[in-house]
Amino acid sequence: MRYMLIIHNDPELHPKPGEEGWDELMAGYAAFSEQLASHGRPFSGDPLNDPSTATTIRVRNGETLTVDGPFAETKEWMSGFYIIECDNLDQALAAAAMVPSAKFGSVEVRPVAEM
Amino acid sequence: MEDALDVVYRTERGRVLARMIAVVKDFDLAEDAVQDAFVAATTAWAATGIPNNPAGWLVTTARRKAVDRLRRAASTERRHRAWGELAIAWDAWDDGETPGPISDDRLRLIFTCCHPALSLDAQVALTLRSLGGLTTDEVARAFLIPEPTLAQRIVRAKRKIRQAGIPYRVPSLEEFPERLGAVLAVVYLVFNAGYLASSGTELVKVNLCDEGVRLAGLLVDLLPDEPEPLGLAALLLFQDSRRTARSDEEGQPLTLEEQDRSRWDAGQVAAGRELLGRARRQGHPGPYQLKAAIAAVHAGATEAALTDWATIVKLYDRLLEWEPTAVVRLNRAVAVALAEDPARGLALVDEPSLAGALVDYHLYHSARADLLRRAGRTDEAVTAYREARRLTNNAAEQNFLDRRLRELGETAGAGAGEAGPG
Repeated sequence: MRYMLIIHNDPELHPKPGEEGWDELMAGYAAFSEQLASHGRPFSGDPLNDPSTATTIRVRNGETLTVDGPFAETKEWMSGFYIIECDNLDQALAAAAMVPSAKFGSVEVRPVAEM
Repeated sequence: MEDALDVVYRTERGRVLARMIAVVKDFDLAEDAVQDAFVAATTAWAATGIPNNPAGWLVTTARRKAVDRLRRAASTERRHRAWGELAIAWDAWDDGETPGPISDDRLRLIFTCCHPALSLDAQVALTLRSLGGLTTDEVARAFLIPEPTLAQRIVRAKRKIRQAGIPYRVPSLEEFPERLGAVLAVVYLVFNAGYLASSGTELVKVNLCDEGVRLAGLLVDLLPDEPEPLGLAALLLFQDSRRTARSDEEGQPLTLEEQDRSRWDAGQVAAGRELLGRARRQGHPGPYQLKAAIAAVHAGATEAALTDWATIVKLYDRLLEWEPTAVVRLNRAVAVALAEDPARGLALVDEPSLAGALVDYHLYHSARADLLRRAGRTDEAVTAYREARRLTNNAAEQNFLDRRLRELGETAGAGAGEAGPG
């Protein structure tokens, strides 16, 4: 089964580049990627730029509406994702708990719908 | 015949269901097949009587019924998928084998039903349906919610198990303590739901206290080397032993102090002591063992006045290390009041951090009122009882608080001289 790990962060709590904790965080992500790789199952993941870089599109009645900003303005915003392959939810949850940002924000674990 | 079948249903269904889920790997198919097997049993056993190994008969029959259902299955895809898995499972399973102690399956079932990915409501509903041998209707009525609501809750829970890939397994060593805690919490919740229900207006066929005690006992059987299930089972027995003493003839609640202790069930108390002793010998204390130990101290006092409150305070000190919560601090404060004097207890109860945390909790105000009453601070006691009454919707609790107010020469009304409610 594939799961998406959706990382949400509160920018006020999350270390920023150059701040204390940043290097540790980056090292944590590198280690996490190595962990995933060592399981020999396909995975992908990337950080996202902050919501100010986002643009949201809606198509209604044939018209395209383009708006500056993310889907919803929230205090916590989506900062990255992984898509991992696991046997079951317990494995996915164990992986999610290892995402370094889980200490500062939240990681939603949602199964990819297999068509 | 029908009563005997009822007994078999209650005692064997959980085990049979657990086995079938392990085999067919599909909650719904397993449940349907088990149901079919029981229907078949009604006819077959009327002729032959109940077999020596009813579980074995039921599992064998349920397997056949599962095959029948798969053959009739509307979805081709489901049939193909399930066939493959069934084939593998049955290759590994000898037909002549009678299911022995299949405790493993029920353990897997309990841990799956109580998986933290499911909401607490869903965990409780699923556990009672799967292991309690209760029908959806019985569970709904026991919790006073409409049957369709509960049925929906169970459907959603099973869907989540399937779609999110919640595995059917006993947790690993690392996960075990936390996951066991979740299971114990569900069982405790079930018991408390029965314990706190007011002496109902409706005759409820199923008693949640009985179910809680039974499930706790089942956990002890399945995990004989774990001390906390022993602690929980002991705790529930001690609490349940007071069942007939808890209310007076009019069904109004009596406090621990007021209860006729000769009505406490000695058999349950003895059984509780035995389990607690077994837990202690493991040498791994924990919160349920401590709560059971506190209940044991109460059970050991033939009169309320003989209660060893000093020991209870020490037990609460230790419990606070596990559960440093406001409620435990409150209970400890009450114990201190009774071990030493009300003023000491009130000083603890009035601590701003505690008062702030429990300001909306009716039991905080009624506990405080009780201590004020004992300290002779009657006016303040009345105010506190009134606040407690304002904060609870439970009829039995309201009656109790009204009684206390009457004893102090007051009513629930705001001022002296004001007419009371009827």
